[in-house]
Amino acid sequence: MAHDIHSASENVIEITGLRYRQGEKRIFDGLNINIPRGKITAIMGPSGTGKTTLLRIMTGQVLPDRGRVLVNGKNVPRLPADELYALRREMGFLFQNGALFTDYSVYENVAFPLREHTRLPESLIRRIVLMKLQAVGLRGAWSLMPTELSGGMARRVALARSIAMDPKIIFYDEPFTGLDPISMGVIVRLIRRLNDNLGLTSIIVSHDVAEVTSVSDHSYLISEGKVVAYGTPEELEQNKSAWVHQFMKGLADGPVPFHYPAPDLAAELLGEGAAR
Amino acid sequence: MKLLREAYYIVLDFLQMLGASGLFLLRLIRFIPHALKRPGLIFQQVFNVGAMSLVLIMVSGLFVGMVLGLQGYNTLSKFAATSALGTVVALSLLRELGPVVTALLFAGRAGTALTSEIGLMRATEQLAGMEMMAVDPIRRVVMPRFLAGVISMPLLVGIFNAVGVLGGYLVGVKLMHVDIASFWSQIHTNVDLHEDFRSGVIKSIVFGIACTLIAVFEGFYAQPTAEGVSRATTRTVVNSALAVLALDYLLTAFMF
Repeated sequence: MAHDIHSASENVIEITGLRYRQGEKRIFDGLNINIPRGKITAIMGPSGTGKTTLLRIMTGQVLPDRGRVLVNGKNVPRLPADELYALRREMGFLFQNGALFTDYSVYENVAFPLREHTRLPESLIRRIVLMKLQAVGLRGAWSLMPTELSGGMARRVALARSIAMDPKIIFYDEPFTGLDPISMGVIVRLIRRLNDNLGLTSIIVSHDVAEVTSVSDHSYLISEGKVVAYGTPEELEQNKSAWVHQFMKGLADGPVPFHYPAPDLAAELLGEGAAR
Repeated sequence: MKLLREAYYIVLDFLQMLGASGLFLLRLIRFIPHALKRPGLIFQQVFNVGAMSLVLIMVSGLFVGMVLGLQGYNTLSKFAATSALGTVVALSLLRELGPVVTALLFAGRAGTALTSEIGLMRATEQLAGMEMMAVDPIRRVVMPRFLAGVISMPLLVGIFNAVGVLGGYLVGVKLMHVDIASFWSQIHTNVDLHEDFRSGVIKSIVFGIACTLIAVFEGFYAQPTAEGVSRATTRTVVNSALAVLALDYLLTAFMF
């Protein structure tokens, strides 16, 4: 694993020894992850491995049981509320469903963080909102309500809203889920363009292998609470591990079995027949 | 034994809820100075919570007043005391029916709307989205709604009472031909501004705090699912009704 190629100052986020339990289920068991500055880092893994929970831990929405989560040198789980809020002003977060305010128009949604955090005059707010909407290609949709938007458009509006305050880090939670191929291509290109043009650090959580590898600089593969593999898309492609191979190629059977653990089929069917 | 244990858990649940909503109230109180800096948000919610309940409150007030007039007339006429009808109608409304019925209607009309709105915002991650934009949803969403409810309730009670007395007047004077002068003069002499009016106002403020607190509390902590929001809405109505009636007894016992 290539953890040590980045020195501390190059990492925006450093997670060490992360442990988290949800009820009886152990989600993370000593997880270590570094997110390099200015890059697009993907975190991949099968559904239910806690990828979204990991994003929420990084942004302080969920408290871990143990471990250090350094974001820009600050330990997020230990931050008092006001410092956490100050740190969040440097973060953008794209929720899976967009999380747009349904009783506000597209324009008001993008203007919301500006109105809350600044005292800019309306003329300036209007300019910023239209610029951000232009960046995601939806300037013409400023007057629509969220209910009038398609899934892909809603996600782009949410993206415009999350870059309204010019964040330094942006988190994408399953940005490709439920989109048609064209919207998917649009989002992939947007993520790359925003990252490079605005000098962001992007973190994508997803299990859409093809889209993620087409846009990310590095990827982490996590499973059962630990990092299974790390590297550039090419490195992961050539990884010899059977598990990585199965995940990257999307094979039905392999180290992760197709069947949920069950008794032998013949025995169960015959047993049931005999019982009758 | 099993019954005893169940009763124990019910009491425990109740105390837990009481404690949690008490802490929630303290958190809200701390944000009051902040909220007052943005009166626009509060006025907008006074419109949603209060003004939108006006028709319901006025129609109900009219009918309650009319029923009071009719019942009062029928009973008082047995004692040839129909001239006291005004006093009966006004005192019943000011002291009891006004605050209590308004609060119950408010819980059903505005309380449920608040709970389901906040609960759905939680379920669709709008509250989490707000937190990620470094905006505290308690300050931005809950607080203006809470203050709006607390402001609206005494106003609604006042309107309910006024329309109610009018209803009593219509039935008593116009329909049953009670003397108009004695109707109004009885109210004038027997309703004490200090005692009766003030106690009604105190009740309406306390009910306003209780009903709105329950509504925003249930909404904010609703399970983020369709079923969770529907259960929270039901709890708002049930708990508000119980809280209003219990508080009404306590306040009446202390004040009269």
